[in-house]
Amino acid sequence: MTALAALIRRDIRIALRVGGGALIGVLFFLTVTVLMPFAVGPDLALLSRLGPAILWLGALLASLLTLDRLFTADHEDGSLDLIVMSRTPLELACAAKALAHWLAAGLPLIIATPVLGLLLNLDGTATLAVAVTLLTGTPALTFTGMIGAALAVTMHRGGLLLAVLVLPLSIPVLIFGVAASQAAIVGPMSFGTPFSILCALSLVSFVIGPFAAAASLRHGLD
Amino acid sequence: MPLIDLANPSRFLALTGRILPWLAGATAILLAIGLYQSALAPDDYQQGATVKIMFIHVPNAWLSMFVWGVMSLAALGTLVWRHPLADVAAKAAAPIGAAFTFLALVTGSLWGRPMWGTYWEWDARLTSVLILFLMYLSLMALWRAVEDPSRAARAAAILTLVGAINIPIIKFSVDWWNTLHQPASVIRMGGPTLDKSFLWPLLVMAIAFSLLFITLHLAAMRNEILRRRVRSLQMMQASRTVFSSEQSASTKMGTA
Amino acid sequence: MRLSGQQLRCVRGGREVFSGLDFAASAGEALAIVGPNGSGKTSLLRVIAGLLVPADGTIALDGGDAELSVPEQAHYLGHRDALKPALSVAENLSFWREFLGGEPEDSAKCLSAVALDHATHLPAAFLSAGQRRRLSIARLLTVRRPVWLLDEPTSALDTAGQALFVGLMQGHLARGGIIVAATHLPLGIEARELRMGGAA
Repeated sequence: MTALAALIRRDIRIALRVGGGALIGVLFFLTVTVLMPFAVGPDLALLSRLGPAILWLGALLASLLTLDRLFTADHEDGSLDLIVMSRTPLELACAAKALAHWLAAGLPLIIATPVLGLLLNLDGTATLAVAVTLLTGTPALTFTGMIGAALAVTMHRGGLLLAVLVLPLSIPVLIFGVAASQAAIVGPMSFGTPFSILCALSLVSFVIGPFAAAASLRHGLD
Repeated sequence: MPLIDLANPSRFLALTGRILPWLAGATAILLAIGLYQSALAPDDYQQGATVKIMFIHVPNAWLSMFVWGVMSLAALGTLVWRHPLADVAAKAAAPIGAAFTFLALVTGSLWGRPMWGTYWEWDARLTSVLILFLMYLSLMALWRAVEDPSRAARAAAILTLVGAINIPIIKFSVDWWNTLHQPASVIRMGGPTLDKSFLWPLLVMAIAFSLLFITLHLAAMRNEILRRRVRSLQMMQASRTVFSSEQSASTKMGTA
Repeated sequence: MRLSGQQLRCVRGGREVFSGLDFAASAGEALAIVGPNGSGKTSLLRVIAGLLVPADGTIALDGGDAELSVPEQAHYLGHRDALKPALSVAENLSFWREFLGGEPEDSAKCLSAVALDHATHLPAAFLSAGQRRRLSIARLLTVRRPVWLLDEPTSALDTAGQALFVGLMQGHLARGGIIVAATHLPLGIEARELRMGGAA
C-alpha cells in the first residue's frame, strides 16, 4: 500500500509543479466550451439545450489529451522499467497512476463545470446534473483511456494515435453520461436508469483498464 | 541615461525598493478618493445603482488591454534587444493582466445581470474580454510549461506579439459574429454621452487602477528577479557539490 | 546464493541477438558482460531484469526468496536515470525507497554515500548528467536487493564518481551481493568476464 500511495503522491506532485499538465486540461476544457457558441450562435435557449452535450464533449477531449503523457513520461526516463520490475503488481501500479491522473486532471474539470455551466446558461439543477454525471463518468474515461496510453507507449507514438484508439471506446460513457444529465434536466426518462448504467461502466473500466494496460505494457516493452 | 541605469537588475531592485512605498501610498489614496466619488455619483435613471459597477468595470477592462500592450513592448525587448529585464517584465505582467481581465469579466457579468436576467450573455464586448482572458491563461500556461526561464521568455514573447496582432482581428470577428445574431447591443458601456458626474470618478478610478497596476507590476518584477537569483544560486550550489564531493571522494580513497 | 541462466536465446525485431547463452554468478561475485556494440549486452541485462521475454531458456536465483521472482530481487540501473526533474533530489530518492519497498536504508546516508548530500532539497532538474547518475546509484543503496543489474554504470561519471562507485560495488559484493554489469570500460573491481558476440 505504501508503494501505491507513494506512486500516487509522486504523480500528483509532478502534475501540479512547473511543466506539469494538470491545469492545461482545464484550460482546454474552457476553450473548447467557449468555441461552441461561435459555431452554433449565441442563442441562450439553444445553448442551454446543448449545454450538457457540449460540456461532456469538452471534458471527454480534455481528459483524453492529458492522458497522452500518462505512461510516455515514465517510459522516456526509464521509470517504467523499474515499475514493471517492482514487487507491486503492475495492474495495481497502473490503477494507481490512473487514479493520480484523475485526481490531478479529471477532478479540476468537474470543479470548473459550474463556471462553464454559467456561460452556457445552464440553471442550477442542470449544472449539478452535469457535474454529478461527470464525476461518475470521467473516471471511466481515464481508466479506459489508460489502455490507449499504454498501447501508445509500446508503439512509440502518442497524440493522434491515442485519440483514434480511445475515442471509440469512450462512446458508451458519452451516451449514458449525456443521457443521464438530459434525463435530470428535461426528462422524460428517470435519471436513475442511465445513471446506474454510467456507474456500471465506470466500475467495469476499473477492472478492464488496469489489466489491459498492464498486459500491453508487459508485452510491449523492449 | 536613467534607462540604462534601470537596465541593471540590482539598480532596478534598489530603485524600486525606494519608489514602491510611495507608489503604494498614492494608489491607496487615489483609490479611496475614487471609491468615495463613485459612491457619491448619482444613480442612473434607467440602471439605478448598478451603474456604479462601471467605476470598477471600465478601469479593469481598460487595463486588461493595456497590460497586453505592456507585455508586447516587453516582448519586443526580449526578442530584439534580448534584455533580461524585459523577460521579467513580461512574465510578471501576465498574471496581473489575467486578474484585471477576470475582474472585468466578473463586474461585466454582474452589471449585465439585471438587464439580461442571466449572469452571462454572449455580448460582443464581454465575449472579446473572455477570449482575452483565455489568451492570458494560455500565456501563463506557456510560462509554466518550460522550466528554463530564458527559453520560456522567447516562446512567450512570440505568442504575446502574435496575440497583439490577433486581438483586433478576434475583436472584429466577434463583433461581426455578434451582429449576425443579434443586431442591437443590449448594453452601452461608456461612450461620449457620459454625464460629467460620472466622468470625474471614472477618470480618478482609471488613474488609480493604472497606478495599482504599476505598483503590482514592479513588486511582481522584484519577486521574479529574486526568484531567478534563488534559482541561479541553487544551480551554483548543485554544481559546487561536484567539487566538494571530488575532494571528499579523493580523500576517502587516499585514506583507504 | 547463485544467479544463473541456461540456454538463453533472445530475438528482437526478428533478429536473433544471442542464443545458447549460459552464465552464472555466485554470491559475492561480479560478472562483467563485454563485447562490441550490438552484441546483445543490454538485451541480456533486460532479459535478466524481466523486461524482455527470452525466446528460450531459464533464469534462476538459487538461495533467493522463493516467493519472489528474479526481477523483484534485483536492481536495474539502465541508460536512463528514472528521475523526475520536477521533484527534488530527496523526493526522487524517497519515492523509489517507498515504491520499491523491502529493507529501506536511511535516505540521508545514501545521498552522502554518493556525495549528493549538499543538493538534497534542490530540484533534480539542476543536476548535471554525472550527478543524475549518482542519484540513481543512490537508489541501489536505499533499498537492499541482492542482485544488481548495471548497464554501462560508469558512463557519465567522472573519475571521483567512478572511484566512489567502485567502493559501493565492493561493499555490495562483501555483503554477499551479486553484480551483473554490461560495460565496455573496466569496472574497477575484480569480475569474471562474459564475452558476447565475439565470433560474429
